Amino acid sequence: MTVYVENTNSWQFQTHGALVILKKNILLYYLKPPVLIFGILFPVFFFLAFKMGRPIAAENIVPGMVAMALWFTASSVGPLVTPWERRAKTYERLIATPVSLQAIITGDILSGLLFGVGLSIIPVILGLLLTDAAISSFLPLVSGIILGAVSFSSLGVLLAAPPASSPSNIMLLSNLVRLPLLFVSGIFLPISEMPVWARWVSPLSPLSYAGDLIGVGFGRQAYFPLWLSPLVLMVLSAALMWGSYKFHRRWRSKGL
Amino acid sequence: MVKGHNNIIEVKGLIKRFDRVKAVDGISFTVGDGELFGFLGPNGAGKTTTVRMLTGVLKPTEGTATIQRHDICSEPLQSRAHIAVVPEEANVYLDLSVWQNIMLMADLYGIPRKQRIRKAEELLDSLGFSDRREHKARSLSKGLRQRLMLCAALVTEPEILFLDEPTSGLDVQSRQMIHKIIRQLNSQGLTIFLTTHNMEEAENLCSRVAIINEGKIAAIDIPDRLRTAIEARQYVEVVFSDKRLSTQEVKTMSGVSSVDVAGNVIRAYTETPGKTATEVACLAKSRDIEIEQLCTRKPSLQEVFLYFTNQDKKAAMQ
Repeated sequence: MTVYVENTNSWQFQTHGALVILKKNILLYYLKPPVLIFGILFPVFFFLAFKMGRPIAAENIVPGMVAMALWFTASSVGPLVTPWERRAKTYERLIATPVSLQAIITGDILSGLLFGVGLSIIPVILGLLLTDAAISSFLPLVSGIILGAVSFSSLGVLLAAPPASSPSNIMLLSNLVRLPLLFVSGIFLPISEMPVWARWVSPLSPLSYAGDLIGVGFGRQAYFPLWLSPLVLMVLSAALMWGSYKFHRRWRSKGL
Repeated sequence: MVKGHNNIIEVKGLIKRFDRVKAVDGISFTVGDGELFGFLGPNGAGKTTTVRMLTGVLKPTEGTATIQRHDICSEPLQSRAHIAVVPEEANVYLDLSVWQNIMLMADLYGIPRKQRIRKAEELLDSLGFSDRREHKARSLSKGLRQRLMLCAALVTEPEILFLDEPTSGLDVQSRQMIHKIIRQLNSQGLTIFLTTHNMEEAENLCSRVAIINEGKIAAIDIPDRLRTAIEARQYVEVVFSDKRLSTQEVKTMSGVSSVDVAGNVIRAYTETPGKTATEVACLAKSRDIEIEQLCTRKPSLQEVFLYFTNQDKKAAMQ
């Protein structure tokens, strides 16, 4: 009968599988209320709460807004997909296909990446059109957005690994991680102006590095050495992807 | 024993432990090419765990299994490429249309676009979905969703179809429709692994059945031979018109192990139904007792199932 079975181990087959998962996630999850609330409304209201009534320079607002949008959007798809599929009882059929767990996870990470990059371009454009902010260096801006999106999205997928009866439990868990990191990553206040304890904690957050690179893109002074931020984001992304795979496999082997 | 010449599934000593509980306890069996294999067992017997191991959802604790000669542990992707699954606790993507659901599954198996469109159109026609292809799966009834899951499984052109309790919770019409489809698919050469706790379903559909109880295979054979295998559960049923023989008289006949009485009906369980029937007829004639009906029966598959899944009788048999 089927003649496509012998190449399932090939990277081409698995890459195709990851792209099919990406397509499925775009169709199914980009417009789900939890993604819209935690991915779009959250950063908008955070921004308004921070900005209203304060005279803040445009070069500080725009990079902060872009980094915050990226942080929330890229990390909001992952925590939804697997718990939702488990609850909707579609997950088991998916993992019984010849698409590997790595490919499924890659597809989920790509979904967050694309969502994050796509939506963080909006504050970039609005910032350029409505404020005096200007892009002074493309490479740090683009690498900050893309590498940041990969690591944030991987974090989201990692957070989706524990078995939960309801997707809202995982969304709560993800906010428990995302919100504290937001305040120590130099988004509302440059890292150099933060209290000493926050400056010590700041290097632990991937958002600090992505935010720093985006800030440099808009002409701000770099806090971390320029070579360090992309490197840390790459290492963190790899570690989070590896962790995602390990934890998803662990729960799956327990039948959860 | 098996329909085809080749074993398409081979299971040896498969064990699955969840912490200290052994859900599946060293089962071994084979399924032949083109067979409709029934996997029977009460709730919690290990049926679904076995299917979940064979379909790559769960990793076995011990033992081996191959699907088309691909080991499910060392070659999981190749073994999964030969199968399609309709799990018991599964659903279609409710926010996708009928067509999108089918295309998604075909795409995951890497079926080329032209071919998956042709196959999907064929399936939609044959399963009565043509006019609903753009409908969201959310709008379908449970029976139609089950048919859609079958469509999405079949579009991948599998060699083996795993059906885990496919008619559970369906109305009679939907159940009959699914049965008809299963028969059709099997007659076209598709190997089907059907788990069910519905005896009638297994009896009507399966060419061979395995009975699993508490994680172990209790019996495995064609349904007719399983019925014969438990000779003590064959019986003679006599309907007397007015007076009847006493229970004691029937019980003392040779070969009779037990007797059930309900009004004027006597059911005598015997290893030699023909001989017992003759004895009953002769004795009734000598007493001038009129017999309205007399028949010998093999046990139903349900009785076989109860026999093998009943621990006391199993122990007695050993």
